[in-house]
Amino acid sequence: MRILSLAGRRLAASIPTLLLILIGIFLLLQFAPGDTVDAMMAQMGGGDAATARELRKFYGLDLSIPLQLGNYLWRLVRFDLGFSSIYGKPVATVILERLPPTLLLMTASLSFAFFAGLVLGVIAARGVNKWPDTLISTLGLIFYATPSFWFGLMAIVVFSVYLQWLPAGGFEDIGAAATGLARTLDIASHLVLPTLTLGLIFLAIYLRIMRASMLEVLNLDFVRTARAKGLDETRIVVRHVLRNALLPMVTLIGLQAGTMLGGSVVVESVFSLPGLGRLAYESVVQRDLNTLLGIVFVSALLVIAVNFLVDLLYARLDPRITAGT
Amino acid sequence: MDAVKRYFRSPAAVVGLLLLLAVIAMAISAGWLYPRDPLSLAGRPLIWPFSNPRFLLGTDNSGRDIAAQIFHGARIALLIGGAATVIAVVIGVLIGAFAGYFGGWVDTVLMRITEAFQILPNFVLLLVLVAVFGSTLTTVTIAVGIVSWPAPARLTRAEFLSLRNREFVQAGRTLGMKDLQLILGEILPNALPPVIVYASVVMAVAILLESALAFLRLSDPNVASWGNLIGLGRDVLRVQWYVAAIPGIAILLTVLAVSLVGQGLNDALNPRLKGR
Repeated sequence: MRILSLAGRRLAASIPTLLLILIGIFLLLQFAPGDTVDAMMAQMGGGDAATARELRKFYGLDLSIPLQLGNYLWRLVRFDLGFSSIYGKPVATVILERLPPTLLLMTASLSFAFFAGLVLGVIAARGVNKWPDTLISTLGLIFYATPSFWFGLMAIVVFSVYLQWLPAGGFEDIGAAATGLARTLDIASHLVLPTLTLGLIFLAIYLRIMRASMLEVLNLDFVRTARAKGLDETRIVVRHVLRNALLPMVTLIGLQAGTMLGGSVVVESVFSLPGLGRLAYESVVQRDLNTLLGIVFVSALLVIAVNFLVDLLYARLDPRITAGT
Repeated sequence: MDAVKRYFRSPAAVVGLLLLLAVIAMAISAGWLYPRDPLSLAGRPLIWPFSNPRFLLGTDNSGRDIAAQIFHGARIALLIGGAATVIAVVIGVLIGAFAGYFGGWVDTVLMRITEAFQILPNFVLLLVLVAVFGSTLTTVTIAVGIVSWPAPARLTRAEFLSLRNREFVQAGRTLGMKDLQLILGEILPNALPPVIVYASVVMAVAILLESALAFLRLSDPNVASWGNLIGLGRDVLRVQWYVAAIPGIAILLTVLAVSLVGQGLNDALNPRLKGR
């Protein structure tokens, strides 16, 4: 249980940081031209100043900024993210509706990038400086330099327009209204291209780290011992090297969680997935600042949660971490 | 000079340098080769590449010359990428230097702020900044710089932590040098090389961030940015896919060039770490 308390302490340490983010973003949004009421009035097709004043009073926008900030933080504690005038629903509801596609996309991309990166990294490290290594490393460099939205568009041209293998966008076929397995397959087929698109850059990063980490561990003494014992190469790699080489990879998951969320904004826009990222984009375009603030809060929570899980996983992979402190 | 020799021994680094020089040449020559405004109408819309000698790379949906936009786009990419990198590195170095040098509560406070920036997905923060301050060339560049500084800050802090108690710093302290003198004059020059190398990563990411923003039509619409052109090409993607394809290749090659040069510099300056 030591590990839990260790990870718990790290979790507690992130609370002040979260507070800092919220205050910073709240103050930042005070600079934004126009507030929620302005956006609502525009939606209603204009209105007189008295109505605007009424509305501002109703939403507490006529108070001083420190008071508004206090109100906002107090509402957050109760997980009340405010009301989105654009969607006509509480922000928390809007975000919860949009969360599943994003979580699904992120999990799928992460798994794809992690395992493909692992396998390619191991292959490259096993034949270091031979042609498979050169090929894989070059591909990694090119993937890293590819803008994800562009790769997504080109994938649509090839796989949806010319080959017509996969759908070009959306989360599921509205007409199909299928249930159970059929629906799962339908969603899966919609997620293939977005997963590849989002995962590509991370694949490049993972394979590079895996290759470097494998090369480092392969030179350690215990590997020489294992070889001296007469173990065959596959066994050495799988049982002895891999577990130790995995540590930097796991660290990377935590570091990249935020980048991945940011990337899903673009990817969800390319494939018109109804996810959190697309919601972020829409709320910027529609000046729905309440929703935008809510998304910032939820994505910060997500990143903190991922890092908590990574801490737990890390200690399982390397028992020395819990033994040390 | 050893480092220069080592740099040119790596074929990848040489390819990267050539590519980067090509992009820079494009940016410089854009004014002579395509003196007209790249966003002005030039001919019939949607001419395929290589079908009309007047428009080597064809025209986009509204009849603007794609080649002209690519050449002028090189300027924008290098300008935004370069300026944003300078901003990110300057902020990062200052914060990292103070945190690493002073330690204690200064370090705690500054690192909390850095963490806050790292927890927030940088593209989401970029969206917020653009939503608040608008999307002119200047604000987008500054915004990209603001979301990119935490990594250089952490790197600088680590360097300062390892350098601040070395003998040459202690010698300086004994001579009665002020903190600021020690930070800027003594430690910084020694801490800078890895940060400068890392700047290539920052620049690659900055170019990608701006192009993604432009693709979503949230960047400055009045400049010939490659991302803008891809966003435009998306409308005619099904048949005239070349409109989106060409600027994407330009972005890919530029980012590739910057990262190859960065890696080449890293290997040349730290030969023991080669291959990492």
